[in-house]
Amino acid sequence: MSIVDKRRGSLEIIDSKKIISRGSLYVAQARLTAMFKWVWMILAIAVANPVLYLLSIGVGVGAFIDKSAGPAGIDGVKYLTFLAPALLATAAIQGAIDESVFPTLEGFNWWKNFFGMNATAISGNQIATGVFLASLVRVVGTVVIYWFVMLAFGALESSKAWLAIPTAVMAGVAFGSITQAIAGRLKDENVFFVIFNRFVMMPLFLFSGTFYPLSSMPGYLQWIGWISPLWHSTELGRYLTYGHAMTQSMAITHTVFLFSLLVIGFFSSRRVFTKRLAK
Amino acid sequence: MSSPLISARGLTKKFDEFVAVDAIDFDVAKGESFGLLGPNGAGKSTTMRIIGATSQRTSGDLTILGMDPEKFGPQIRAHLGVVPQQDNLDMQLSVSENLYIYGRYFGLSRKFLKAKIEELLEFAQLEEKRDAKVESLSGGMKRRLTIARGLVSEPEILMLDEPTTGLDPQARHILWDRLFRLKEQGVTLIITTHFMDEAEQLCDRLVVMDKGKIMAEGSPAQLIKDYSTKEVLEIRFGSERNSEMANQLRDMCERIEELPDRILLYHEDGEVLLEQIYSAGLHPKTSLVRRSSLEDVFLRLTGRTLVD
Ligand SMILES: Nc1ncnc2c1ncn2[C@@H]1O[C@H](COP(=O)(O)OP(=O)(O)OP(=O)(O)O)[C@@H](O)[C@H]1O
Ligand SMILES: [Mg+2]
Repeated sequence: MSIVDKRRGSLEIIDSKKIISRGSLYVAQARLTAMFKWVWMILAIAVANPVLYLLSIGVGVGAFIDKSAGPAGIDGVKYLTFLAPALLATAAIQGAIDESVFPTLEGFNWWKNFFGMNATAISGNQIATGVFLASLVRVVGTVVIYWFVMLAFGALESSKAWLAIPTAVMAGVAFGSITQAIAGRLKDENVFFVIFNRFVMMPLFLFSGTFYPLSSMPGYLQWIGWISPLWHSTELGRYLTYGHAMTQSMAITHTVFLFSLLVIGFFSSRRVFTKRLAK
Repeated sequence: MSSPLISARGLTKKFDEFVAVDAIDFDVAKGESFGLLGPNGAGKSTTMRIIGATSQRTSGDLTILGMDPEKFGPQIRAHLGVVPQQDNLDMQLSVSENLYIYGRYFGLSRKFLKAKIEELLEFAQLEEKRDAKVESLSGGMKRRLTIARGLVSEPEILMLDEPTTGLDPQARHILWDRLFRLKEQGVTLIITTHFMDEAEQLCDRLVVMDKGKIMAEGSPAQLIKDYSTKEVLEIRFGSERNSEMANQLRDMCERIEELPDRILLYHEDGEVLLEQIYSAGLHPKTSLVRRSSLEDVFLRLTGRTLVD
């Protein structure tokens, strides 16, 4: 006898209140199941990325820079120590983009599986939140691994250094949630990627005080840093990992900036998803 | 009769200025199997998505299971099983993971799903593919998986948008058999299809849609009675001569349809008509008398054949 004959029916077996309260977690579970298929790849990248960058630029290039900078160092520390928080934030942002942009494009444009999810009791808000939560998991993993590699390289000098983990995570998911909202609106993503990579990601990476202090750049370029989550996160990271000089009001400004971005990105991606699905 | 499970009044959907669904009215009773028929672009899938409580209507009234989908989308969708026209499986997951995760979206437990997945894999004849990535399945296998997925939550209302497109005859019959059994158990079915035999087999009642409007409504038998004659005579004179001959034959029957390759003559008695044609000295190359089908109703109402 097959189960068809034992059918109880959705009215009996389904509790829609439960779905309304936990739906985002179900979506996150689906995302993590897919992500887990790549877990070794993701972990390998998460480890290799900091090791290679910190070795080549931090230690390699750093040797030259430290020599010419003399005992004062860069911002009072070794170049490696100066650079590491910026790379930490970059890795967080990159991981967040991977886990928010690609699932969103798949879900709406390539495989349309978001429409499949939305045909169940799952709402657009829950899909957006679930994607966000899964990317949060990835970003936390990436940042924690990065942080331990920094520790191994001796790049953490302050007792507050562990706080660089949540700030980098916040920067990552803040940026990720904004790109998630943008990706949710895209019908033709190819042009977008070209523009995004060349005119947004590259400049942000190069002009956010990543490799040298923002203040040593000409004034007319410094605005890029100010709108860049990477710079705000890097500044906080430097303050927390080695005690880079920072007034309390600046620390608050950086935090508020990142947090606002996160809130805006999170809620607008929910709205974008819901609207697109209701078309 | 108790109040209908689905009730639409003046249901309208516009995409910008374009009216895809134009003020349609219909009711579907519990346990009924209701069909939407119509040519490409008629608005069937759009209607299905609105009933599926995902796409928002532009205007009109709609209640499903006594609720308005605009306010109670998730509560309604909890009891729907949806098989969309285009498969939208999760391509990164395996066959059984797709079923499992979909079941999770309904909040179903691991224990329940474990047994359910076995049953659905058997139904979809995908037992051997359970661990295969969806990407590696053939088109028909993906379709079968999408259909199986729609059943995971034991839905009260099952919505199938051209379910058997791409299925081989055996898979079609397995599905029909399953749908009959679900219907016996009181499940309400909403089906769109381009296969008239499917509509005749599966639907208690159907509407023919064209350009967003409902052209006719009734049981398959009633529609055939209302919009066609008892029999149809199909004759061919060869493609060059068909239209010339059609003019001569026009007065001999109730209605005539000229298709590129043949002429359809509508008459209560096809054999009698054929005799008349021979006596008039006309000699078609081939002739065939058959009973009217929904195909003829469709042609009459929309001016289009289903299989071009
Ligand atoms: N998202 C959309 N945006 C704009 N127009 C749309 C959209 N979806 C459907 N349409 C239009 O609405 C009309 C009805 O489409 P629909 O998919 O409902 O037709 P259908 O009856 O299901 O056709 P088919 O038999 O080809 O599946 C078509 O003209 C289509 O172009
Ligand atoms: Mg359609």
